[in-house]
Amino acid sequence: MGRGPAERQGDRVEMSTTLEKERSLTELEADYEETALTLGLPGGSRAGGWDQQERKRGFSETVHLSDGSSGIEPRGGGDLGDESPDCAASGAGGPRASKARVVGWPPVRSYRKNALRGCTYVKVAVDGAPYLRKVDLEIYSGYHQLLTALQEMFSCFTIRDRRLVDPVKGTDYIPTYEDKDGDWMLVGDVPWKMFVASCKRLRLMNIAPRAPR
Amino acid sequence: MPAGGGWAAMFPDEVWEHVFSFLAADGDRNAVSLVCRGWYHIERRSRRRIFVGNCYAIAPTVAVRRFPNVRVVSIKGKPHFADFNLVPSDWGGHADAWVAAMAEGWPLLEELHLKRMVVTDECLELLARSFKNFRVLALSFCEGVSTAGLAAIAANCRNLRELDLQETVVEENCVHWLSHFPESSTSLVNLSIASLEEDVNIAVLEHLVSRCTNLKTLKLNYAVPLDRLVNLLCRAPQLANLGTGRFTAEYRPELFSKLESAFASCKSMKSLSGICEAVPEYLPAIYPICDGLTSLNLCDAPVNGASLTKLVSRCKNLQRLWVMDVIEDDGLAAVASSCKLLQELRVFPCDPYGADPVSLTEHGLVTVSTGCPMLQSVLYFCRQMTNDALFAVARSSPNLTCFRLCIIDPHTPDYVTLEPLDAGFSAIVESCKDLRRLSVSGLLTNNVFRSIGASADCLEMLSIAFAGDSDAGLHYILSGCKSLRKLEIRDCPFGDKALLANAAKLETMRSLWMSSCFVSLGACRLLAQKMPLLNVEVMDEKKRGGSWDSQPDDCLVEKLYVYRTVAGQRSDTPPCVWTV
Repeated sequence: MGRGPAERQGDRVEMSTTLEKERSLTELEADYEETALTLGLPGGSRAGGWDQQERKRGFSETVHLSDGSSGIEPRGGGDLGDESPDCAASGAGGPRASKARVVGWPPVRSYRKNALRGCTYVKVAVDGAPYLRKVDLEIYSGYHQLLTALQEMFSCFTIRDRRLVDPVKGTDYIPTYEDKDGDWMLVGDVPWKMFVASCKRLRLMNIAPRAPR
Repeated sequence: MPAGGGWAAMFPDEVWEHVFSFLAADGDRNAVSLVCRGWYHIERRSRRRIFVGNCYAIAPTVAVRRFPNVRVVSIKGKPHFADFNLVPSDWGGHADAWVAAMAEGWPLLEELHLKRMVVTDECLELLARSFKNFRVLALSFCEGVSTAGLAAIAANCRNLRELDLQETVVEENCVHWLSHFPESSTSLVNLSIASLEEDVNIAVLEHLVSRCTNLKTLKLNYAVPLDRLVNLLCRAPQLANLGTGRFTAEYRPELFSKLESAFASCKSMKSLSGICEAVPEYLPAIYPICDGLTSLNLCDAPVNGASLTKLVSRCKNLQRLWVMDVIEDDGLAAVASSCKLLQELRVFPCDPYGADPVSLTEHGLVTVSTGCPMLQSVLYFCRQMTNDALFAVARSSPNLTCFRLCIIDPHTPDYVTLEPLDAGFSAIVESCKDLRRLSVSGLLTNNVFRSIGASADCLEMLSIAFAGDSDAGLHYILSGCKSLRKLEIRDCPFGDKALLANAAKLETMRSLWMSSCFVSLGACRLLAQKMPLLNVEVMDEKKRGGSWDSQPDDCLVEKLYVYRTVAGQRSDTPPCVWTV
């Protein structure tokens, strides 16, 4: 949907003449409507939501990670500079596993990382696996990101309905966590920040194999 | 009436000064100064407070020379979008030149208020040395200072009344800066250090609080634990504005009851903030002061909605409520039925980037709007909205002066009809005749801008993101909106035509910010050429050090900041910024 050199040339001419002439409001309005740059594919209706394919600017132009050098971290957990790769500019087209972030949006003031203090690394145990892993909860911004990361870490899984499923063995792994009181809870009930503050360790609990579909 | 300006001499200067002293508004004093030369001089010599909305709009030495007897000055630096990391970090807004000029020309300065400026320790040291009567230092959303600079202020400003560091980033290299307040220092009325991340010496703080018997505002940082809060409250039961540190601890009944008594002894408490990471078990300790609270800020308390609701329901006299969306629609319903005096509501997203659903919808906003007849100011983050909801708000809250709605996903339409939210926002601007500040979001076409341009006569600040279809949208705004002072736009298909056709308008405004739009460098060149009283700054962080002169006219400008100024080009632009 780029604008060719001829159009830009035309604009340059128009720019200088615009300055000289007195234009009535309606004339200008009519002009704008004619040459309006509309977003969206021709003939397509604009569906709701953030669809990067409809953006005129290349997605990678607008989405870029902050360098985080000021030490000010975005509110909501997670440092834009440290976020997991799936949040980076992934280019137009194709479904995305998680919402890509745009700099400075939503317009919440960057808050200090100290909103969630202390060590946020927790052990992750998977029933049946020989050794544990550790994840830093603070770098994720929500449950979906966490599950995606776990999926990548234990690469045999795919995410389905907030559970991790091993398609080969046909078993479900329910993400559970031990909270500050020592109780084992289901992941996902409380707001994310509360979860990060209270989670001491994670366990992907194995339940009976699914019946064949 | 004597002819030719001589009528100022009808009365001695002191009489005119006395008359002018009743004019509080800067605009009125500005008008007075235009009447005749006599009044210009009388007014300028008697002006005690000045507000500089853009630190680059006037040279510091010129300001100081014109108003030689200023006691109180407020200066703002970076554009508002700097809060969201859109402005290059080295853009500017340096306070040095101002502090230097003030040290020279205003030895009797008492108060300095800086917002979004880069302040250095050298500034603070110069400040501490230069102003004998210095009383108030308020740095909000600033950066560049360290605790060493604060130590200099503490040590040298004998009669310091206020030290307010709201949201200012401070490098913490001097652990004992608080100890630099001399033993004899008892004048503090406001100590707000919530933005400090490191520990402060709490024993020193307790001693300071004890001896400053006039202390009315105390805003602690996260590092102050709950049990130490108790001690501080016991030493300062006269506090009116409290910001707690972290409000979390293992539940211990005796700590709870001590905390509750401490709050109970604060009979004058009007405003409460902090409550960082509050745990539900300790929230009831706040109940004793709820009845008297007029302002409550729960933005650092991601507690479940039920606990928040119980707390807020007790605050019958609340005028201002800042809370996170975990309060949910139910919680806002409780606010609507309990807080009939509510004037300002801000609802922030607890998890702005997450996709997890929160039960805070447009209903919460409508309920508060219908239930709180004095509602004037709204900032609301949510994930869904309808035109009907906005119609309801327009009907129920015609006295809104500030309406900022942020629907988190860009281009989100009315989720019921799938239409743009043009009609809803149009209803807001048509109904709310006194609207001074507006932020729009969601799916919006040019139509909404036509309405805003035509109806929003009092609008002073407008923020637009991911909206509009074409240049006409921007044109409607710039050719309408009689009172517009600040316009900030990001990611909209607005470009050269509207900008150039309305160049004159920009001189009537403080500033215009446009980023990720379709403005070309050529248009910026034309604009700068045509309007010598505007600084046209283009920014692109990728083009560090490269020559802007050689860039072609048709290259798109990533970030544009245009502001009126009588100071000409500034001399402190970093490599990524070019004044065209």
